[in-house]
Amino acid sequence: MAKSKTNGVNGGETVIRVRGLVSGFHGVSVLKGVDFEIKHGEVIGLVGASGGGKSVLTRSLIGLLPKWSGSIEVFGRDLDKIEERERQAIERRWGVLFQGGALFSSLTVRQNVQFPMRENLSLSNRLLEEIALAKLEMVGLHRDVLDKMPSELSGGMVKRVALARALALDPEILFLDEPTSGLDPISAGDFDALIMALQETLGLTVFMVTHDLDSLYTACDRIIALADGKVIADGPIETMLEAEHPWLKSYFHGARAQSRSGAAA
Amino acid sequence: MAAEALLHVRVEGRRLVLDAAGGWVAARASEIEALVEGVFRKRPAVDAVEINLTHLERLDTVGAWLIERLRRAAGDAKLYPEIVGIDPRFKVLLDEVAISNKEPPHPHPRKGALIDFLEHVGIAVAEVGKDLSSIVQFTGEVVVASGRVLLAPMRLRFTSIVHHLDRVGFRAVPIIVLINFLIGAILAQQGIFHFRRFGAETFVVDMVGILVLREVGVLIVSIMLAGRSGSAYTAELGSMKMREEMDALRVMGFDPVEVLILPRLIALIVALPLLTIVGSLAALVGGGLVSWVYGGFPPEVFLDRLREAVTLDTIKVGMIKAPFMAAVIGLVACVEGLRVEGSAESLGEHTTNSVVKSIFLVIVLDGFFAVFFAAIGV
Ligand SMILES: Nc1ncnc2c1ncn2[C@@H]1O[C@H](COP(=O)(O)OP(=O)(O)OP(=O)(O)O)[C@@H](O)[C@H]1O
Ligand SMILES: [Mg+2]
Repeated sequence: MAKSKTNGVNGGETVIRVRGLVSGFHGVSVLKGVDFEIKHGEVIGLVGASGGGKSVLTRSLIGLLPKWSGSIEVFGRDLDKIEERERQAIERRWGVLFQGGALFSSLTVRQNVQFPMRENLSLSNRLLEEIALAKLEMVGLHRDVLDKMPSELSGGMVKRVALARALALDPEILFLDEPTSGLDPISAGDFDALIMALQETLGLTVFMVTHDLDSLYTACDRIIALADGKVIADGPIETMLEAEHPWLKSYFHGARAQSRSGAAA
Repeated sequence: MAAEALLHVRVEGRRLVLDAAGGWVAARASEIEALVEGVFRKRPAVDAVEINLTHLERLDTVGAWLIERLRRAAGDAKLYPEIVGIDPRFKVLLDEVAISNKEPPHPHPRKGALIDFLEHVGIAVAEVGKDLSSIVQFTGEVVVASGRVLLAPMRLRFTSIVHHLDRVGFRAVPIIVLINFLIGAILAQQGIFHFRRFGAETFVVDMVGILVLREVGVLIVSIMLAGRSGSAYTAELGSMKMREEMDALRVMGFDPVEVLILPRLIALIVALPLLTIVGSLAALVGGGLVSWVYGGFPPEVFLDRLREAVTLDTIKVGMIKAPFMAAVIGLVACVEGLRVEGSAESLGEHTTNSVVKSIFLVIVLDGFFAVFFAAIGV
């Protein structure tokens, strides 16, 4: 189950650049100077301890949390220095899957997926219906869910619908907060395959928070490890395996990781 | 770019060649869709269709789906479609959409306007029945829980009651005082203005005293609390229900009625009569002040007349209603809270219902009390 990705995307343009990002809550900093870059077409896995600030970092990247200092550039534009219109244009170029799904609770599944398309594209009704269903089928859902309300879905289904909604506008960057948690291992594997397929076709750049070692091995080009509010390692899986940091050692060489590499060998 | 042809159609012998070119992307979906629909509108005189993607530059899901639609339309016309010149970059996406939408999506269920209207009326009528039965059922649950607590008073959540008393009672004092003061003042002003024509200004004191102590004080306080605390109860319980907090309590062996609802109800039943006393006093002060400033009779006169006009019965009639009003408001608020379902919209709807229904029931109840007291001659 070695990495089969061939399209080494080195040398692409930088789509996200984070410099000295500091952020937190109520005077307590969670991120204490985070630096990294993401190139076009990369699939990045963000790892870190639970409560270590991965969601905070993701939310800062998409501009939901104010930062205390540092800068974030997306598509070469500093998000703090652009006008509202340009910001909205950038926001349409990314899709976000929140950790809790964040589906609109008063809309059906169909309406949730159609919502971004209806607002941003002028599609005929027939096309809207067909594309929404195609997106849902892509993420492995059956057409029976179309008219369900979010409160009637299982946890894994919520994740998939949220992913379908994040993909609705064929975004260039996809931010995923723990996309495979709550999915069974088979679906999680399908999900990784889907991400890779979409990455290849649409040239997606993917920023994915994940604890799923399989995803890290198979789907991610590069892994960024966050600990104590800083990036402690940044590189492909081999870098992680060789890293000396105690947290990374126990993460990638702990009992669960062992059983995985045993199975893969 | 805009002028370029997205779809070239030409006939080669018995074969129709469809050349897709440029960017097949969502932004140009309507143009592309029109082109795609146009191709097979009238059956071309050919035996086979070739879809050539060699000149395709960009493709997204919408574009890929439209190519797939083209292929299916050709397939339906028995024209043996064949896609050639697929860029490897696009292959995955085309394969992905090729297996989707095997059956057309169900249409939105649409009925006629009349049927819709009748359905709504039916649902509304059935709702009223359900409302009544759920209030009765819920009252039963509360009584059972109260019974349990009475048998084991240690189970009463005293801290919680005090907390809610603070919220619904103590913190409501300023607004209740203000509103009742104004109402008392307005009543007195109107009374003086109109009674003056008959030279009967002094009866204003009787009117204000009796009206405030029997009816207005308790009604205003009840309506305020229905809006202020009933809505808060509904929203709190509703969002707890949405986030499975009730279920969490239940599986830990707690009864949500006992833990969440009883303290809220008790707090309301204690707070409303106390606020009625405060509110009625404020209204009398307001009335007294206006009588003095606008009507010209000093406070001693006002108090004297008040003492004559108001008996203990008047006060009792007002006060006895207060706990019943509180119970109605609390029960309706909690029932509505527990009926909230998954969506934010449902939360809003039930919060509105809670306020509207409790105000309605408070006024109906007041009517019943009026009839009752008239019958027993108080
Ligand atoms: N809204 C908030 N207010 C205050 N503190 C917060 C808030 N959101 C997160 N935090 C704190 O920030 C820290 C990082 O939280 P974050 O949600 O980013 O963790 P995480 O790395 O995503 O963890 P997990 O893997 O469990 O999702 C935690 O200590 C958390 O308590
Ligand atoms: Mg998180």
